[in-house]
Amino acid sequence: MRPILLKGHERPLTFLKYNRDGDLLFSCAKDHDPTVWYAHNGERLGTYRGHNGAVWCCDVSRDSTRLITGSADQSAKLWDVETGAQLYSFNFESPARAVDLSVGDKYAVISTDPFMGQTSAIHVKRIDKDRSKQGSDSLLVITGPQGRINRVVWGPLNKTIISAGEDSVVRIWDAESGKLLKESDPETGHQKAVTSLVKSADGSHFITGSQDKTAKLWDTRTLTLLKTYVTERPVNAAAISPLLDHVVIGGGQEASQVTMSDRRAGKFEAKFFHKIYEEEIGGVKGHFGPINALAFNPDGRSFSSGGEDGYVRLHHFDADYFHIKI
Amino acid sequence: MAELAETPVAPHRFAPDMQEPKINLNIDWGQVNLDDIQLPPGEDFGIKSDDEEEEEEILETETGFSNVIVVDNLPVVAPEKYEKLESVIRKIFGQIGVIREKGLWMPVDTETGKSKGYAFIEYTTPQEAETAREQTNGYKLDKSHVFAVNMFDDFDKYMKVPDEWSAPERKPYTPGENLLAWLTDERGRDQFVVRFGPETEVYWNDARQGKPDPVYHRSLWTDSFVQWSPLGTYLATIHRQGAATWGGAQTFNRLMRFIHPQVRFIDFSPSEKFLVTYSSHEPSNPRDTQVRVTLNIFDVRSGKILREFKGSADDFATGGTGGVAGVSWPVFRWAGGRDDKYFARIGKNSISVYETETMGLLDKKSIKVDNVLDFSWSPTEPILSLFVPEGGGGNQPARVSLLQIPSREELRQKNLFSVSDCKMYWQSNGDYLAVKVDRYTKTKKSTYTGFELFRTKERDIPIEVLELENKNDKIVAFAWEPKGHRFAIIHGDGPRPDISFYSMKSPNNVGRVTKLTTLKGKQANALYWSPIGRFIVLAGLKAYNGQLEFYNVDELETMATAEHFMATDVDWDPTGRYVATSVTSVHQMENGFNIWSFQGKLIYRLPRDRFFQFLWRPRPPTLLSPEEEAEIARNLKKYSKRYEVEDQESSIILSTQEMESRRKVIDEWKSWVAEWQRLHEEEKPLRQELRDGEPSDEEEDYEAEEVEVEDILNVEEEVVSYGFEQLD
Repeated sequence: MRPILLKGHERPLTFLKYNRDGDLLFSCAKDHDPTVWYAHNGERLGTYRGHNGAVWCCDVSRDSTRLITGSADQSAKLWDVETGAQLYSFNFESPARAVDLSVGDKYAVISTDPFMGQTSAIHVKRIDKDRSKQGSDSLLVITGPQGRINRVVWGPLNKTIISAGEDSVVRIWDAESGKLLKESDPETGHQKAVTSLVKSADGSHFITGSQDKTAKLWDTRTLTLLKTYVTERPVNAAAISPLLDHVVIGGGQEASQVTMSDRRAGKFEAKFFHKIYEEEIGGVKGHFGPINALAFNPDGRSFSSGGEDGYVRLHHFDADYFHIKI
Repeated sequence: MAELAETPVAPHRFAPDMQEPKINLNIDWGQVNLDDIQLPPGEDFGIKSDDEEEEEEILETETGFSNVIVVDNLPVVAPEKYEKLESVIRKIFGQIGVIREKGLWMPVDTETGKSKGYAFIEYTTPQEAETAREQTNGYKLDKSHVFAVNMFDDFDKYMKVPDEWSAPERKPYTPGENLLAWLTDERGRDQFVVRFGPETEVYWNDARQGKPDPVYHRSLWTDSFVQWSPLGTYLATIHRQGAATWGGAQTFNRLMRFIHPQVRFIDFSPSEKFLVTYSSHEPSNPRDTQVRVTLNIFDVRSGKILREFKGSADDFATGGTGGVAGVSWPVFRWAGGRDDKYFARIGKNSISVYETETMGLLDKKSIKVDNVLDFSWSPTEPILSLFVPEGGGGNQPARVSLLQIPSREELRQKNLFSVSDCKMYWQSNGDYLAVKVDRYTKTKKSTYTGFELFRTKERDIPIEVLELENKNDKIVAFAWEPKGHRFAIIHGDGPRPDISFYSMKSPNNVGRVTKLTTLKGKQANALYWSPIGRFIVLAGLKAYNGQLEFYNVDELETMATAEHFMATDVDWDPTGRYVATSVTSVHQMENGFNIWSFQGKLIYRLPRDRFFQFLWRPRPPTLLSPEEEAEIARNLKKYSKRYEVEDQESSIILSTQEMESRRKVIDEWKSWVAEWQRLHEEEKPLRQELRDGEPSDEEEDYEAEEVEVEDILNVEEEVVSYGFEQLD
């Protein structure tokens, strides 16, 4: 499986997202331009110009018409996927960290960073089909968690919102009232900042990656801790295979602490684990810096990784991969 | 020892201004006079505390009488001489510490007007009082007046001593646990202890199953480190209040406590009869620049203090005439052998050898050796080897000598010229002593290294000189083969040094050292012999990133090369079957340990964040005689058959167990998935509704759907003039 190197970003990657059909790959980076690529050959389709800061996260609507991005320029923007036109901009008082579209794409949940006296917050916005009626009012604002909220996603049927971030706690909120419903156990849960959170294809469970060098699998409805995957590196990104019982975990030593002595010291590998046995299956090397983003193609036959080195590596699995016996 | 760390909690009481308790007890608190309430006598109000034995901390208060000493046996003087005596006493005791204002009081007999012959002196701190007691007790003012100095607080204690001796009560004998039960493991496994984060865990090294088997786990077991006793009977933990030993047949129970506040280091005697503890205190008085150190020697089994050493750090600094800052541990070095008979420390121009029988100096005096810089004991016999550097501006040569204890007879001496430094390495049986000598070249600008090899078991102790082929090679490491006659040296400058192996025997057995081989250009900087000899791990730690080479010295061949990336430590298990390599928390990444077979096969690895310590539990020496061991080696085939069968059986059991546990995990997962599918199905209509009735859900995904899209590229409206209007 010779990876395809997607060169387009000038700064470290922050997030990767496939559309539902798996033909488009959206990438966000610390440069200001989210980019869309053909998922099968890595050809660049275009960029979304308008942000004025690092772009932290994005989500694409089910029908692949709209893209929402959250950026450090204190805005979350709605885009027309096809034309690249900016449809709307939600402006905040602090950088937007995470975005997620609801089932039905009528709502978006956006988290904002603590900044200049602002506490971190989770905002729920209505997304109107009709562009002209789009408003900026928040339907709900949740505050409480300390530090950045690195990821926020919708729970099943848009009834809950799941958040995780620097305070290492995974929380489930009522999406209607904003009430805290569940919290991960501080004993068994993550010990350091949670850096990523990705749902399974059917949304029944999700994986979190943390600086405590572990990734954990949780039940979306009950927040039961299902599995823990232990690595030797801080985890920056994790993803669940939609096809096989695999998870992929990426990370690495923080860029600022990478020693100059040996490239292996960083171990910038995307590691595959068996989802059920919690055993390491293999690894995919290649990046020259920590891996910041990982995403599986919805067909499970390819995945892509984005690194601190500014590259996206698009890997199509060999036939062997589908016959791994463990 | 968690309970030790807690401070005693004051019994809970209600103050009148506190809120009323939530439970209504039908008590009118206004009517209750709190002074009328009679509490049961005793500190605990008659309620026994669950915390078994809490040790109260000794509070160092400035008030009270802990800083007062009583000086007795003073001259009895008439009033006119009173002032003179007072000034003399003030002079003597004022040297030691600051006497408080009006802190010196000599009572006077009201009838005769004469002084009563004793005085009270109050210092500013209890430490000063303690020092004064130590230093002036027994001070001879003149022939008939020898000071008897005591702490004021001790008087109570002395008053309570009963006049009549009563026989101590005989405690009934309670058999203790079998502390050696771990040696009788059916599968002959070894134990090890690991410390990471706040956790301390003991495991069996179950190499057959390829994983460690947990024995005991405890959080916050120790405040700083853990240490096995040399024969593996005890595990020692370190706490604020002192050290503790743990052991037992099945698990780890606390066996004994060794009270020594702020203990920093501990050291067991080789046969684990005695424990030495060490602490140092920054001076409380800024005028005093000396760091005070305290050393206690305990009996391991009874926990009794046998001897206490106190002094300034300088007194215990090793290395001749001072200048070397700090105390090097261990301060006391134990003579080899099974009986723990002697221990010694180096002082200024002397070596003090103590006997454990009396805990006093051997023959009541130290061995005087001018300028002595270093010493070490033979690991098996009471023989000391000493190193004395050049003296008298180069007129006296440096020398290494062997000294028999207790006779103090010099067995052998070797003079050495233009020496810059010496290091002594004893072979584990005490058969040989290698002295690494760094000498100056003629220009005195650089040094080169040679070895002096002593054959201590042979008559007259012959000495042989060994110089490397390239005399200028730097010696990186030296190591004797345990119980053997070979040694290995890493030498050479640059990033790829050479490794040479030598034998103290030569093929025609003339008792000459011979070189076996040299391995060129190895990435290694440390040598780790197997405890049974024959095999050695050539390790490249630190700058070499954890390169490992497993080498067979009998066959002079490499068995395996491997790498444990970033490894910081290598440890052989006591039987020489397995090797542990670990990355401790000096690195941020890769923390954890690997277990290898002696041939260099990786058996398992255990990553643990913030990894501090890996220690194999030592084993006592074998009870078999060398002949019996040889017998076993000869019939190895017979034994190995039996173990092979066992191995096979256990691997079958293991694989079925493994299958079982995997099946369980899968079943559990399947039940979750079934539940999720059910819920997902249930929510299907709701989801559809949320999507404005769009039916396709994830379930029907990926059915190829052909959609014809008609793109209107351009719409042009053209008015075509038609000439057939008249047809309408």
